[in-house]
Amino acid sequence: MPAISTASLPDIVFMLLFFFMVATVMRDSTLMVQNSLPAADQIQKLDKKDRVMYIYAGKPSGRYSDKYGSQARIQLNDKFADVGDVAAFVLAERASKRQELQNVLTTALKVDGDTNMGLITDIKQELRKVNALKINYTTRVGDYTQNIN
Amino acid sequence: MAKRAAPEVNAGSMADIAFLLLIFFLVTTTIETDSGINRKLPPTDEVVDPPVIKQRNIFTVVVNKDNRLLVEEELMDISEVRQAAMAFLDNGGGQGEEACDYCKGKRDTSSSDNPEKAIISLKNDRETSYKVYIAVQNELVAAYNDLRDREFALLNPMAGMSYTEAQKRYSDPRTTANEKAKLKPKLDEVKNMYPQKLSEAEPSKTN
Repeated sequence: MPAISTASLPDIVFMLLFFFMVATVMRDSTLMVQNSLPAADQIQKLDKKDRVMYIYAGKPSGRYSDKYGSQARIQLNDKFADVGDVAAFVLAERASKRQELQNVLTTALKVDGDTNMGLITDIKQELRKVNALKINYTTRVGDYTQNIN
Repeated sequence: MAKRAAPEVNAGSMADIAFLLLIFFLVTTTIETDSGINRKLPPTDEVVDPPVIKQRNIFTVVVNKDNRLLVEEELMDISEVRQAAMAFLDNGGGQGEEACDYCKGKRDTSSSDNPEKAIISLKNDRETSYKVYIAVQNELVAAYNDLRDREFALLNPMAGMSYTEAQKRYSDPRTTANEKAKLKPKLDEVKNMYPQKLSEAEPSKTN
C-alpha cells in the first residue's frame, strides 16, 4: 500500500490558520477584578468592538485582593481606578476613535453580580457628565432567577 | 561556470510552523460577542420646567438595600413584576383623546392613561445588589417586549416571527438592506405603540 501523501497538509492547516486569524479578537486587557456577570434574557447584541469602551468593576481578584482589599473597585484598561477617573478615561477613549465613531460609542459596563449599586450609580453619574449616554449592562444569557439566591 | 539548478527549499517543516501558529490563534480566540441590556442615560442639563406627570401614569419600582421589591408601594416578589408592569402599561384608562384603542387592560382609572404616557420609574438603594437590579431591569424590559410581541403578531400575522426575533434580525449585520428596509416600519409601528419609557431615577442627594 502506498503511503498517503501529506503534501497538502500545510495547505489545510494554513486554511484553518487564516480562519482563526480573521475571527480572532484579542483580549485587550487582563481582568484584575472578579467578573461573574449577572444573567438576563431580554438582551441585545453589543455593537461592533471598535464602537465600544469597556468599564469593568468588581472585587479585586486573587492576588490583587491583598493589596487592594475586598471592596469593589473599577478597572479601566489595565489599572484599578477611582470613580473620578472614569470621565477622563471616556474622553481619552473617545479621542482615540475615528471621528465618525465618536458620537456613536457605547459604554459596556461589565460589572460583577455581587457589586453594590452605589458604585454603578457613581459610574453612571460620571458618564452623564461627559455625555456618554449610551450604556450597556453586559450580561450572560440566562434566566433572571439565577440572580436571586 | 556551469549553471546549477537552485536546490529546492525543504518545505517539510511548513506544516509544523503552521500548526504552531494555528494553535496560538485557537487559544487566543474569543468568537462570541458580548450582549446585554442597552440603556440610555438622561442628559445632565437641568430641565428648567419639568413637565407635570400624573401620579397614576407612573409605575414606581423600588429595590431596597435588602434586595426586596416595593412596587407601587406594595411588597412584591420579582416573579410578579412582569405581570404587574404589563397590566400597568396595557391599562389604557384614558378617555377621549387619551384613549388607547389597542390596549387590552382593565381600563382602570387609577392606573395609566395609555402606553405613551405610562412611565416606569426604577429606584434603587446604594446597597442594592447589581444582580437583583439587573433581574428587575430584565423583567421590566420583558414586559415591554411581551406587549410588543403581542401587537406585532396581530399586525403582521404572516411575518412568521415575533417582535423580538424581528428586532434581532434587524440588528444582525448579515441581514440584507432590502429586508431591513421592510422590517423597519413594522418595528417602528410597534415601538411607537409601546414606547419604552423606563426611567432610572436620579440618585437621591441625601443618603
